[in-house]
Amino acid sequence: MLALQILIDGFAVSALYALGAMGFTLIFGVSGVLNLSHGAIMVLAAVAAWAAASVLHTDTYTGALIGVAVALIASFATYFAVVQPIQQSKRIPNEEKEIFVLTGTLLWGIMIQELIAYFFTNNAKTVLPIIEGVVNILGVRTPKNEIFTAVVCWVVIGALWLLVNRTRTGKAVLAASMNPRGVTLLGLELNSIYLVVWAIYGVLAGIAGVLLGMFLGVSSYSVGPLTASAFSIVVLGGLGSVSGSLIAAFVVGYLETVTAYLISPAYRTIPALLLLVAVMYVRPQGLLGRR
Amino acid sequence: MKTMPPNWSVPALLCATALGLLTSLTPALAADPIKIGVIAEAQAIAGASIPQAAQMAADEINAKGGVDGRKIEVITYDNHSSSADSVRAFQRAVNEDKVNIVIASYISEVVLALEPWASRLKTPFVTPGAASNEISKSVHADYEKNKYTFHGYLTSAALAQSVCDAAKELLVDQKHMKSAVIMSEDAAWTKPLDVGYEECLPKIGLKVLDHIRFSPDTTDFTPIFNKIEAAKPDVIITGISHVGVQPTVQWKNQQVPIPMFGISSQATNSTFGKDTNDAANGVLYQGVSGPGVAVTPKSVPFADGFKAKFGNYPSYAGYTAYDEVYYIADAVKRGGSTDADKLIEALEKTDWEGTIGRVQFYGKDDPFTHSIKYGPGLITGLMLQWQDGQQVAVWPKNVAKSEMKFPSFIKLTSN
Repeated sequence: MLALQILIDGFAVSALYALGAMGFTLIFGVSGVLNLSHGAIMVLAAVAAWAAASVLHTDTYTGALIGVAVALIASFATYFAVVQPIQQSKRIPNEEKEIFVLTGTLLWGIMIQELIAYFFTNNAKTVLPIIEGVVNILGVRTPKNEIFTAVVCWVVIGALWLLVNRTRTGKAVLAASMNPRGVTLLGLELNSIYLVVWAIYGVLAGIAGVLLGMFLGVSSYSVGPLTASAFSIVVLGGLGSVSGSLIAAFVVGYLETVTAYLISPAYRTIPALLLLVAVMYVRPQGLLGRR
Repeated sequence: MKTMPPNWSVPALLCATALGLLTSLTPALAADPIKIGVIAEAQAIAGASIPQAAQMAADEINAKGGVDGRKIEVITYDNHSSSADSVRAFQRAVNEDKVNIVIASYISEVVLALEPWASRLKTPFVTPGAASNEISKSVHADYEKNKYTFHGYLTSAALAQSVCDAAKELLVDQKHMKSAVIMSEDAAWTKPLDVGYEECLPKIGLKVLDHIRFSPDTTDFTPIFNKIEAAKPDVIITGISHVGVQPTVQWKNQQVPIPMFGISSQATNSTFGKDTNDAANGVLYQGVSGPGVAVTPKSVPFADGFKAKFGNYPSYAGYTAYDEVYYIADAVKRGGSTDADKLIEALEKTDWEGTIGRVQFYGKDDPFTHSIKYGPGLITGLMLQWQDGQQVAVWPKNVAKSEMKFPSFIKLTSN
């Protein structure tokens, strides 16, 4: 009974983590950008979906779509306002650009966080679930929305896999993550590949944010922890490795759930962080990392 | 190097300097404003009402001519829910803005950080919403040093008592409940609250089956609710303030069949219904006042006036902050001075009917020195419930507007 409970809850949480981390790792893989405004964009999507539903009185689907659209806009804004100017700047030496992007996106994330707190308070908001009610799975009362969350996560992850492996655009993205110079030699514009990646990222972060808002709720305080959890999942899985992130998300998700159930909800995140430290010692490139 | 502004002539500068000297030499006139510094969590639901309510009280007093011709000036500082920011704001309020008294924060950790600063800077200080017993216990332990601090809200011990008093009538007598699980966030204010719960719940006939404390940054409450449900209690007794929206929404989404009853600070604010998409329906929470509840003749006009001005009803700390400005003004009038020692002396003699009841402070010899008195005829608190998106008083009888109502997923086991 308890085992089944852990299995079900852990699955939904892990799927959500996976979706959140996937865009993050994709961007790093393709353009070398560690986007520390990640948590802020996820929270922005959830708060936008909440605001659409409770202030503008849209229905839940429209609210969710607005949330994803806002994340997409925020993703492009991050790229054009923060990342691209740093990458193209002639005054910043190339070897320092990564640090500049890291700092720039971190500050950008804090700006978004403060704006959300200013306009919508720092108290948590929850997005109205698309599907309400519960089902009984072998004695475990499970909210339908939890199942919905897991299903959507896997559908989106599947769609991403198809996009990357089966379409021309996706293959270009994949190629760019392996060898950017080679891609330009093939006559592809690296800038347009970046645009595609940031668009994919915006949609993924948006969906993850809205689902998180439905499943657990978010506040402006969630910004830091969300970025940190995506970051540690991605480092654990191997920076830039999409499948590594997927595995790491499930490891972290289940580790947290097991801890919460068997030890105490108060220590939920600690074992995952210890694991991260251990992996850093034994295998610094992460589970499936290439570099 | 040119240091003088280009358009300033020497005579003009001399004139300005002379004027400046004159103004600084003028003794404090009777018409000097009474300056109240308000340090609050402007971005949090519960804290946002504090500066708004204080300003509203000041405006009302000023419209009637102020205190002996002196206007009340409210200077607000946003502390971003941080103790460090609050301490800086307190220093600035006293040293630069020259406030006479400070109203600050609903968070116990923040208030406990400010308490020594009130002593060091010898500036009276009242909290509208923190609950930790330690605030007024320190005043008792070292009166001369800590007499500057006043606890303008109920202590955790009194809050626990208020919840138990309500639980006795509503849960034990009416619904024949027999057992409870305490669910509280790990924070300074809940430690004495939990001690109070553990002590008074068994006395009223509710056996405590389990006691779950969780980190205030918990986001997933599924394991907590599952653990509670496994213990099969009749009711969950809550002690939550930093969290509120998330446990409430997950309680509804997971259809936890056990009612929640106790302290839920975020639920005291009227935006809570919207923030939880009405998952709040059925939640029972302790309050000192509430929309439409005539605790005193002043309660309803204040709540309605606040809503007309700011678009939502005040949080619990809004009621107390509003009262505080009034009884500070009253103390200045009675003491005839804003001098710290005289103000403290006058505040100690406060007997003010505010929006939450009759405010008096415990004296030097009581264990909770400078905390507001709890009890019949003074402040007893209420129990309210979210019903159909509205906050409705259900206890005590003389102010109750309705019986308790629960969403369909709640199973009242001992009915």
